[in-house]
Amino acid sequence: MVKPGDGYKDIPKGGLILEAGNAKNYKTGGWRTKKPILDKETCINCHRCWAFCPDSSVLSEDGDVKAEIDYDHCKGCGICAHECPVNAIEMEKE
Amino acid sequence: MSNQVALTGNEVMAQAMRQINPDVVAAYPITPQTAMVQLFSQFVADGKVDTEYVTVESEHSAMSATVGASAAGSRAMTATAANGLALMWEVLYIASGTRLPIVMPVVNRALSGPINIHCDHSDAMGARDSGWIQFFAENGQEAYDNAIQAVRISEHEDVRLPSIVNLDGFIISHAVENLEILADEDVEEFVGDYQADNYLLNSEDPIAVGPLDLQDFYFEHKMQQAVAASNVKDVVLEVAKEYEEISGREYGLFEEYKLDDAEVAVVALGSTTGTAKAAVDNLREQGVKAGLLKIRLYRPFPAEEIANALKDLDAVAILDRADTFSTTGGPVYIDTRAALYDSDADLEVVNYVYGLGGRDIKVEEIESVFEDLQQIAETGNVEQKINYLGVRE
Ligand code: SF4
Ligand code: SF4
Repeated sequence: MVKPGDGYKDIPKGGLILEAGNAKNYKTGGWRTKKPILDKETCINCHRCWAFCPDSSVLSEDGDVKAEIDYDHCKGCGICAHECPVNAIEMEKE
Repeated sequence: MSNQVALTGNEVMAQAMRQINPDVVAAYPITPQTAMVQLFSQFVADGKVDTEYVTVESEHSAMSATVGASAAGSRAMTATAANGLALMWEVLYIASGTRLPIVMPVVNRALSGPINIHCDHSDAMGARDSGWIQFFAENGQEAYDNAIQAVRISEHEDVRLPSIVNLDGFIISHAVENLEILADEDVEEFVGDYQADNYLLNSEDPIAVGPLDLQDFYFEHKMQQAVAASNVKDVVLEVAKEYEEISGREYGLFEEYKLDDAEVAVVALGSTTGTAKAAVDNLREQGVKAGLLKIRLYRPFPAEEIANALKDLDAVAILDRADTFSTTGGPVYIDTRAALYDSDADLEVVNYVYGLGGRDIKVEEIESVFEDLQQIAETGNVEQKINYLGVRE
């Protein structure tokens, strides 16, 4: 995301990224055309979606998959919905 | 302390590499560069350098490994020629775009096809817009001097761009020349230690090199590259001054040979400039005010300075050892004409493409170019702007 101070005079040379682990600052949620909706009622907490999500956007806390997906980074690829053994995730048009 | 030695161009470049003592060299042998990397690998085997020598299966890998080594923070070099340079193509742009100060001797040879292994500049000229600095040399001495200076120029904080150090295939690379090499410790001190600002092997400060750079940032990085290129001229002159102190040899962006009061002149690069000097001397003896402008720094092109040096001539011929097949002339001709467009110069500029595939260029042929120039100067009449010199009809 371009912010003030991102002119050619100030940004690191040669496309280097000087801050480690900053991929999370790149919000890929805008790429999405379909949005995964996770139904906690149906979910059996197997964590398949969590393991398969290529963007680490399925969140888990204290061993529980959360109903809230990280929509800032979820690209809407649908892998989670495809992998869910009980069809607890539905892809809804944005 | 310097040493008088008799060496081929390839041998003296291997000596330059030994004295620079890079951390990493990844190279693949190709005629006419082979002897250079072969001799250097011998230095590695004999423990004469601290270099990690990476043997690779192609030039694409050679340049890729060199890019990786440079990104890791090391001083990295490679060397190639002709089709080897062509095989490096996409990685050349990655090296310059990532701002890696790699230094690479290129032993100029024609690009096939038809298959040819002899000297012309089609290899280097193809890479002229790749963002690499390019030096040309009249002889082995200059190639050696350019290689050592290129390290400092490329690594300069205002530049951080890779350099190609050109030397003419066979004519320079294989001919034995009487030349001077500096003392090892003088070169060591001159090039100093390389310290990258940010590098991959710095575990204290981890970074990412070569990430995806899309519409929102790529242009800014290219702009930085353009700014760095515009800084090159000053750095070349600064480093040349320092180099003169240890070598006694003077370098600029180009050399003006009897150009001061000249009325007609040729512009050339590479070993042909030695031949052209002989032609200029002969003509001077006959009372013709002939001169030569020998380009040393070809990329970035010192346009303003060249235009200024040529502006008082009546006519100038640009000698190109490569064609662009654009029907608008050779690359040096196109650059020089463009440079002159903005100056207040009023002179005729003509082009001679010569020496392709190693075709010999003789003193008399350059003299015939001067005859054409005198004719043009007298009549103001240019029969043909783009000429092919030394080709059979
Ligand atoms: S749709 Fe794709 S990106 Fe989004 S949560 Fe599911 S698996 Fe992850
Ligand atoms: S894959 Fe389905 S069942 Fe398993 S944790 Fe994810 S949503 Fe729940």
